[in-house]
Amino acid sequence: MNPQEILDKLPYGKSFLFVDELLHVDENGAKGTYTYAKDLPFYEGHFKNRPLTPAVILTETMAQIGLVCLGIYLLKNMETDQNIAIAMTSNAIDFLKPVTPEEKVTVTSEKIYFRFNKLSCKVKMENAAGEMVCKGNISGMLISKENE
Amino acid sequence: MNKEEIIEALKTIVQPYSEESTALTQIDENTDFINDLKINSANLVDIVLDIEEKFNIEIDNDSMAKMLNVKATTEIIAQKLEAHAG
Repeated sequence: MNPQEILDKLPYGKSFLFVDELLHVDENGAKGTYTYAKDLPFYEGHFKNRPLTPAVILTETMAQIGLVCLGIYLLKNMETDQNIAIAMTSNAIDFLKPVTPEEKVTVTSEKIYFRFNKLSCKVKMENAAGEMVCKGNISGMLISKENE
Repeated sequence: MNKEEIIEALKTIVQPYSEESTALTQIDENTDFINDLKINSANLVDIVLDIEEKFNIEIDNDSMAKMLNVKATTEIIAQKLEAHAG
């Protein structure tokens, strides 16, 4: 399964999709990038006169690239023609540096385990300068559903 | 390891995954992980992984699917321990 096929399977609409490119994915992890456009709606309020990317959005970006893209790849290797639902069930993230509008970030994940449909990953996000922006662990349940 | 000892070990494993303090103090064979202890499916996976580590056994998908209460879980652990010993 190639990266484009995985991107096509992502369940997010345009307003909540935080993956631009999936650079690499194999059974042990995924790597991808996203650039935060300056007109994203949350910048207007987070914060007044000082736009910064909310931590919850950074977490979501790491989950979409690191956990969901990897999860689709892993499930796809097991079964075919099924839709996939994914729920983040826990995360523990350290935030080290702010991310401003128009920054491009790279997310890398490493699988810790994938058992009984629960995927747990170590994730990190780096900015264009290669500095660590945030890192931690994210877990989720992957449920593959019959095509409707 | 007898049944009582397995249940004792299970109590320790399950504790961090439930907020139901009353139900936790009353754990016995009839305790259901989902209905009594309000444990979700993601934490149930962690419990099974903790069981594997604690008892040094491997739980397969079929066994996992049955491990929804203390009774079934204790039986599966006992079976795997016996298979291990034999």
